[in-house]
Amino acid sequence: MSEIIRVENLSYIYNPGMPDATTALDNISFSVEEGDFVGIIGSTGSGKSTLISHFNGLNRPTSGRVLVDGKDLWEQGADLRSFRFLVGLVMQYPEYQLFEETCAKDIAYGPRNMGLDEAEVQRRVKEAAAFVGLTDELLEKSPFELSGGQKRRVAIAGVMAMHPRVLVLDEPAAGLDPEGRDTILSQIKDYHEKTGITVLLVSHSMEDIAKYANRVLVMHRAGIAMYDTVENVFARAEDLLQLGLSVPQVTQIFLKLRQMGLDIPADVYTIPYAVKAIQKALAAKQGGGADA
Amino acid sequence: MLKDITIGQHFPGHSILHRCDPRLKLVATIAYIIVLFVAPNPLGLALSIALLAALYKIAQIPGKMILKSLKPIVPIVIFTAVLNLFFVTGQGEPLVHFWVLNIYAEGVKYAILLAVRVCALIAGTSLLTYTTSPIVLTDAIESLLRPLAKLHFPVHELAMMMTIALRFIPTLIEETEKIMNAQKARGAMLDSGTFTQRIKALVPILIPLFISAFRRADELAMAMECRCYHGGEGRTRLKQLKFTAEDFRCLVVITVALVVIACTRFFVPGLV
Repeated sequence: MSEIIRVENLSYIYNPGMPDATTALDNISFSVEEGDFVGIIGSTGSGKSTLISHFNGLNRPTSGRVLVDGKDLWEQGADLRSFRFLVGLVMQYPEYQLFEETCAKDIAYGPRNMGLDEAEVQRRVKEAAAFVGLTDELLEKSPFELSGGQKRRVAIAGVMAMHPRVLVLDEPAAGLDPEGRDTILSQIKDYHEKTGITVLLVSHSMEDIAKYANRVLVMHRAGIAMYDTVENVFARAEDLLQLGLSVPQVTQIFLKLRQMGLDIPADVYTIPYAVKAIQKALAAKQGGGADA
Repeated sequence: MLKDITIGQHFPGHSILHRCDPRLKLVATIAYIIVLFVAPNPLGLALSIALLAALYKIAQIPGKMILKSLKPIVPIVIFTAVLNLFFVTGQGEPLVHFWVLNIYAEGVKYAILLAVRVCALIAGTSLLTYTTSPIVLTDAIESLLRPLAKLHFPVHELAMMMTIALRFIPTLIEETEKIMNAQKARGAMLDSGTFTQRIKALVPILIPLFISAFRRADELAMAMECRCYHGGEGRTRLKQLKFTAEDFRCLVVITVALVVIACTRFFVPGLV
């Protein structure tokens, strides 16, 4: 697999030279493999949003380099706009950026900016709308007539329609009801599986990350605390709790059980795996009991 | 970038100028502007600039902040200076004669004095906003306009409107930046193209911005209703403005300084 994003010694300072200068990112280095689904977590103010707005050149690093597909975003003569189509960024509460008369036109805004011909634009609008489950009837409505969850899906479709190679989403499920959360996140997962593109998902919910991502990047105080597979990160549940982050409820239960002295794995973070682990532990216990 | 707008920008600090009663600062700034017009001679201007430099030093505001506040008005200053340079006629021979344009020694003097005066004016008013947060400043305006309430002038409502407007400038700037970023992420081209293209490119930013401004106004009105806001009648404040002994000393110092500067008009000839 090849690297799609590479970050080298990236630092970013807000308001440099002012009394309220703050270091939002402090010498960060990591890389993302093409096709990964990376969950980014961290407490509020740990630098998640600042970090992701570096991937398409909305923020310029104070120092360090950001490479996308092997090319430096800020190299002399680099075309920033081409990186914006390469790395599709869905910001927090993206429904506030809708402006067109109809949803279809709004989704077409990105593809039109790419200079595609009308037939291709329409094809992409249809395709992106299908991914997020928007009916033709909804597409012809004004975005301002839709519900919050529907608006959010229109905004996400607007980025998907650009066919980026990396899709970055900043808390796409924030402020939605549980059903809306599951719908949007499983649509994103579905999109990831069908297109094979790289997805970076910022989320506050450990459950969501455990369910959808295969790697986790944990941010803490402008730096990276952990960056590993989901299993390995949740196996360090105690460290996560120490960073002020939560772990999935099922992991918490297993952590307690381990503390009580049971011999069960530490990297349990989904319900199906938890059921298997308990059955195994029970079987071992009964088997052991029979031996004795 | 939008962040570079310095109008009403506050530069937090703990100097005596930051602590000073905002009413005194407001009145002193107005007096300073008047003095700039009363004493438009080289000595007076030099003294006003020296006073300003001293005040900036006391407030511990870096020099580059002054330059930042002067940057937007550079075209205006150059424009007026150039006009004066060519259109002021003086006695005697012109310094330069070119086609129908004559430059006289007086013209040069006028142009320089005028440019310096405008710069001093902007730097002086910027000092007020750097050292005083907008909210405190509106408190001062409300307090100073209080006597007008007797004439049924809606002083409190005016101050509240100003407070809300000032309070929402940074919020709206932040909001604009967010929306701009969101549309840039979708490939919007904001800083290239022909004039009409650029105007059209603003639509995707202005529409969401207006919608969010209306939404905010609605939410704020609702929140104020919920807390039983009913205007100025009988309303008390958490922070009362108090004129302390320290403020009084500041008043004396600034009055003396401004009177001295104003008096230079009787000794040094300057602009009319």
